Amino acid sequence: MNPLAIIRGGAPQGCTPHERYLLTRPAWAALATALASETATDLLSLWAEPGMVHAAFWVEGTLVIASCPAADGRYPALSPSRPGAVRFERMIRDLWGLSAEGGVDLRAWLDHGRWPITGPLSGRPTPNTSPPPQPEFLAVEGEGVHQIPVGPVHAGIIEPGHFRFHVQGETVARLEERLGYLHKGTLSLMLGKPARVAARFAARLSGDATVAHSWAYAMAVEAALAVTPPPRAVALRALMAELERIHNHLNDWGFVCNDASFAFPYARCGVLREGVLRAARTAFGHRLMMDRVVPGGVSADLATEGPDAIRAALAEVAIEIPRLLAIYEGHASLQDRVVGTGILSRELAVRFAAGGHVGRASARHFDARVTPGYAPYAGVTAPVLTEGDVDARVRIRVAELQESIRLVGTLLDALPEGELLLPLPQKSGEGVGMTESFRGECLHWVALDDGGLVRAVFPRDPSWLQWPLLEAAIEGNIVADFPLCNKSFNCSYSGVDL
Amino acid sequence: MSDSPINRLVWPRLARSLFGRPITDPPPAVSDEITAALVERLDHAAQRRLGRSLSIRQVDAGSCNGCELEINALNNVVYDLERFGLRFVASPRHADVLLVTGPVTRNMREALERTRACTPEPCWVVAVGDCAVDGGVFKGSYATLGGVGDVLPVDLVIPGCPPTPTQMLEGLLALLAANAPKQIAAGRKRPEA
Repeated sequence: MNPLAIIRGGAPQGCTPHERYLLTRPAWAALATALASETATDLLSLWAEPGMVHAAFWVEGTLVIASCPAADGRYPALSPSRPGAVRFERMIRDLWGLSAEGGVDLRAWLDHGRWPITGPLSGRPTPNTSPPPQPEFLAVEGEGVHQIPVGPVHAGIIEPGHFRFHVQGETVARLEERLGYLHKGTLSLMLGKPARVAARFAARLSGDATVAHSWAYAMAVEAALAVTPPPRAVALRALMAELERIHNHLNDWGFVCNDASFAFPYARCGVLREGVLRAARTAFGHRLMMDRVVPGGVSADLATEGPDAIRAALAEVAIEIPRLLAIYEGHASLQDRVVGTGILSRELAVRFAAGGHVGRASARHFDARVTPGYAPYAGVTAPVLTEGDVDARVRIRVAELQESIRLVGTLLDALPEGELLLPLPQKSGEGVGMTESFRGECLHWVALDDGGLVRAVFPRDPSWLQWPLLEAAIEGNIVADFPLCNKSFNCSYSGVDL
Repeated sequence: MSDSPINRLVWPRLARSLFGRPITDPPPAVSDEITAALVERLDHAAQRRLGRSLSIRQVDAGSCNGCELEINALNNVVYDLERFGLRFVASPRHADVLLVTGPVTRNMREALERTRACTPEPCWVVAVGDCAVDGGVFKGSYATLGGVGDVLPVDLVIPGCPPTPTQMLEGLLALLAANAPKQIAAGRKRPEA
């Protein structure tokens, strides 16, 4: 039987707009086996609640969720057939205390042994009294192999994480990431809160994608409560989301050039981005537009002077993109660093279901704005390349910049009038929401109890499926090219550390 | 040759630079109150040693990265941090200031303490953002400690979620003023552009 048929054989649980099916343990095991013999079913997310494990799949152009009971603390692992499941399974063990039977990697992930309790979300946390263990890294054998430990405190102004390089001469034989340093207990803080209060945490999952995450969370809550946000709110959400995409793409384009010691584009991108952030502040009262998207609509209207400020800032960007692109393409010293560097194969991008520019630069065509698509987006062009190197990821971003500028213009020209925010009914429900952030799709699932409080939640940042691919992309490259590869991916640390 | 890169790129830019107004913002005003409070925290010897220039090491101790975005913006040409003698350095061993963000996660505590131990005296610790002030929205979770001040002595707090680059610049300039009150005072008498 194919995986989708197995999932649909389960009992529907009433998740909207994409159904969640409760499988029996043997059916879940059969699903794990069926996944091994095909590649058409993408694992997008894997999470848990006390005594239950959930997995979200993308198959035949739709999202579907499967659940497996795990009351005895165990469930059959998906990682032997879907490598993207590895870190989720490690996270599930650390947070919910559920073990993936037959999992390919059973080491701790978020739990560094420094919390006062173990299994904080299991419902039965136990006190932790042992000293933090030394982390274990995968071994590399060979003549002249040595290790370079980097982080968690890095040299630049970036988030903390540990990178363990095994190198032979200048060449990276293996990179292993160790994250979790930013674990703030976000999920525990969301539980039991009213949906709108918990939105503050969705907005702070990863500050650079605050609009996209807030929107995905709001979408999930609205689906759970059968609330349709007003058209003006939907248009303003898209306006903010595209501004967010623009300022991040500008930032990373500049940083990639800067990491190749080519400072001019970095300086220009910095100026342009500052213009966009100031326009965002004029339009929405906050440079990063944090807490503007809330379940039920938006919390702030577009200021009267907003449209002009946005148009002016984006006009500057639009004029400069071709000039910067000419400079980017016209300097051999820069091209030498980005072309052919950090190649990610299509096979790996597909196996991990990598979204965003990481997937699209390696010929995996997925943009949540296109499929499944959501209002108000229509006719979005999502560029795809096949090279899979740093240059391809940069070019995808530059193309997206131009598309986003066009989208903002279209949105501003036809902003609907009307309400901004609807009240939320106090009732139970379960929903899922997916939006396309500048990194890839944000996938939020939420279950509300009878009082409208968050009973269970999992916000999945796109970086979950991109971080492991960075390890693959750097293999065989020189250590000095790591910053370029890293910045071309720009995965979120906070987004996956939760 | 009219379409050569020199003609297309350099001359127009040069002309704009010569005749246009600078992109860089004028500096924000420094609060005398904050400066006076900071001066009290610093002894004379330290003041002489640090002088008119501070090296900053940023440490993310649990931020959502919103603060990092705005700290990074301080380096763009609009804020141009280096014109004030402030610059970001890659190692705490080169730093006079630790700029710390986040609610200090338990998983980052040791790294933060070791970073502080690596920073030579005198050292300012600046807590940036609401999380760094008291844990912010992440206060009270099993995984956070609740503000930089709960782990290290803090000299200056810059609240905000995230604080704007201008707010951060005000705080950092107050540190400079505390280190070298005379020079800054003289500098402030200059008419604003």
